[in-house]
Amino acid sequence: MSNYAYVLWIPLLPLLTFVVLGIFGRKYFKTSAGIIGTASLLAAAILSFNTAYHYFLVDGKVNGVFQKIIALQYTWLSFSPGVSVDMGIVIDPISVMMLMVVTSVSLMVHLFSLGYMKGEERFATYYAFLSLFTFSMLGLILSVNIFQVYIFWELVGASSFLLIGYYFSKPSAVAAAKKAFIVTRFADLGFLMGILILGFYGGTLDIGLLIQKLTSNTSPEFINITSASFLGASMLTWGLTLVFMGGAGKSAMFPLHIWLPDAMEGPTPVSALIHAATMVVAGVYLVARLFPIFSMDPTSLTIVTYVGAFSAFLAAVIACTQTDIKRVLAYSTMSQIGYMMFALGISKQGGEEGLGYMASMFHLFTHAFFKSLLFLGAGAVIHMVHSNEMKDMGGLRKLMPITHLSFLIACLAIAGIPPFAGFFSKEEILMAAFHSNKIIYGVALFTAAMTSFYMFRLYFSIFWSKEAAHHDHHHGEGTWSMKLPLVILSICAVGVGMIPFSSFVTSDGVALETHTDLMFSLAPVSLTIIAISLAAYLYKTQNQKPDQLATAWGGIYKAAYKKFYIDEVYLFITKKIIFPFIGQPIAWVDKNIVDGFVQSSATVTAKISSSIKGLQSGKIQSYTLYFFGGIIALSLLFIYIWK
Amino acid sequence: MSQGPLIPILLVSTGLFFIGMYGLFTRRNMITMLMAIELMLNSVNINFVAFNKYLFPEKLNGLFFSLFIITIAAAEAAVAIAIIINLYRSHQSIDVDDATEMKY
Repeated sequence: MSNYAYVLWIPLLPLLTFVVLGIFGRKYFKTSAGIIGTASLLAAAILSFNTAYHYFLVDGKVNGVFQKIIALQYTWLSFSPGVSVDMGIVIDPISVMMLMVVTSVSLMVHLFSLGYMKGEERFATYYAFLSLFTFSMLGLILSVNIFQVYIFWELVGASSFLLIGYYFSKPSAVAAAKKAFIVTRFADLGFLMGILILGFYGGTLDIGLLIQKLTSNTSPEFINITSASFLGASMLTWGLTLVFMGGAGKSAMFPLHIWLPDAMEGPTPVSALIHAATMVVAGVYLVARLFPIFSMDPTSLTIVTYVGAFSAFLAAVIACTQTDIKRVLAYSTMSQIGYMMFALGISKQGGEEGLGYMASMFHLFTHAFFKSLLFLGAGAVIHMVHSNEMKDMGGLRKLMPITHLSFLIACLAIAGIPPFAGFFSKEEILMAAFHSNKIIYGVALFTAAMTSFYMFRLYFSIFWSKEAAHHDHHHGEGTWSMKLPLVILSICAVGVGMIPFSSFVTSDGVALETHTDLMFSLAPVSLTIIAISLAAYLYKTQNQKPDQLATAWGGIYKAAYKKFYIDEVYLFITKKIIFPFIGQPIAWVDKNIVDGFVQSSATVTAKISSSIKGLQSGKIQSYTLYFFGGIIALSLLFIYIWK
Repeated sequence: MSQGPLIPILLVSTGLFFIGMYGLFTRRNMITMLMAIELMLNSVNINFVAFNKYLFPEKLNGLFFSLFIITIAAAEAAVAIAIIINLYRSHQSIDVDDATEMKY
């Protein structure tokens, strides 16, 4: 077994770039920042692929089982024997798979940004933030300790906040950044409580040990955590559900999804990297990382399943009505992550039953490529027409042939048309759902049809519909650095589905036999084709049909267009209930009691001092008088009273 | 060697002490105040010598203390006069009421 210690350099390289560009960037690397960031990430990506090659193809497998390797471990903070916060690097199938996804998508985004962000005032800062994000994300996926996950989790949130608020002179971007940060922070509160519960009962924060202790039916830790209960659910359920709450916040699952559409205020390449391919799947990754423990507790898995399925469905409905192309993509991301979540939820640990786990990871893998491709394509379109609204677009297929083609490939991939990548992964998810829960299968099938409908609505609205209105395409389709990532990602979106994923990434490390059943594929593929034809019928040429349809559906259309008023509900709860009934009383206590105590002690001190300061008169003889008076008083005290 | 009573000696020392204290409180001239302090120190010296003689005639501890006090008084006078000279240079006066800047 070879030494994987060099994997440390994969997160360290972006960190180094962040430090260098963050400190010196604005002064010395104003224009070369992009090249530096891209080069360092290229090195990290090469290292990742090297790791993946060695792990998957050379020596990761022992007796047919992929091993979990702890490449590095260092105790950072030790609370008590056994309970410590460690920093380390774990190499196992999902972390290596995520390494590849994160570094390659990040590399593409770095490359694309060279053209997209060219001429920005804070160009170096942008690359510094991108590097910080990449570092945090890589640290997260390589974590050995659940607390290390938490630390990098917060770092990811912070860098996401910085990048969403990149255009900080725009009030909507500032509001979106704050919203994303606060919503995910709220979810992370649950995550922290979950960590503490698991750590308290498991007696360790190390993920490997925790899994070992909490997955055997006879261990004292397992008996303790399942016998202790609170409000009718065992502590295991509570711990896992709270951890899942953190994951749901980051992965934009209902009802914590409200930040994701607004996060599109950030630069488009950022949306491609953070809010499509990497950070938002952190929640899925977290559940997968702790999956052996989740599999011991059917209740929390059921929650994961239904939250995932409902989010997938809800987001698909909303996506059908949005007009901002990035928001459509945002809801589609949410919907696809919902897929990954419920695929985990219906899975079991090990063997044939673990199909859902493998399918979820597979979908995560393929989705990262085609969704970042969609976002980068959208970025190129926005770069061209300077607008996010569908009505400003149309007929762009002749002006931007490469973008058009790659966007079409990505749409076919997400819709699940064979042989594009999305078909294979979605097929596995549907298969897993079919075998475990028919209701979920139905929802998933319907959502898949809606996915292809809204994706092709987007596609036809951008590239077909009316004739191109814009002829002032002063910079054409973009520089080679913008086209190259589109081409590379298109190749990935076509090709990655062919990877025999099930022989590499499974819940227990043992290769899984999967087979594509033509009869089974018939239903989803034909539904998808019907949905695409419907989209083509409605949107391929400009006509009145979509408007008529919207009027016919009236209330439902309006509700979906308004995102089912979830934002308004949140605003109502915070502004009308939390602020006046919780916030203001607490503010009152803070202002009048906490601050009041401090201020009154200061006032009293000032009053006393001003009344007795006359004693310090500067006259030496009065001081002498006090001195002798004091001596006399003390003598009297000691002679007559305190004998 | 005949010994007179202790009381008159103590009366002298008490008198000397209060004369010193009176001088310290009433005079404004710093040289006079310094002299008043010397009076007080000397009254204490008398006390030490007298009590040593009457209570522990075979020991010399009281005398040693007197010698220390005389030494320290000399040093103190040197320091005090240095201060007074500096004060005179800056204020053109050695009246304590003229040097009251160091207050609240």
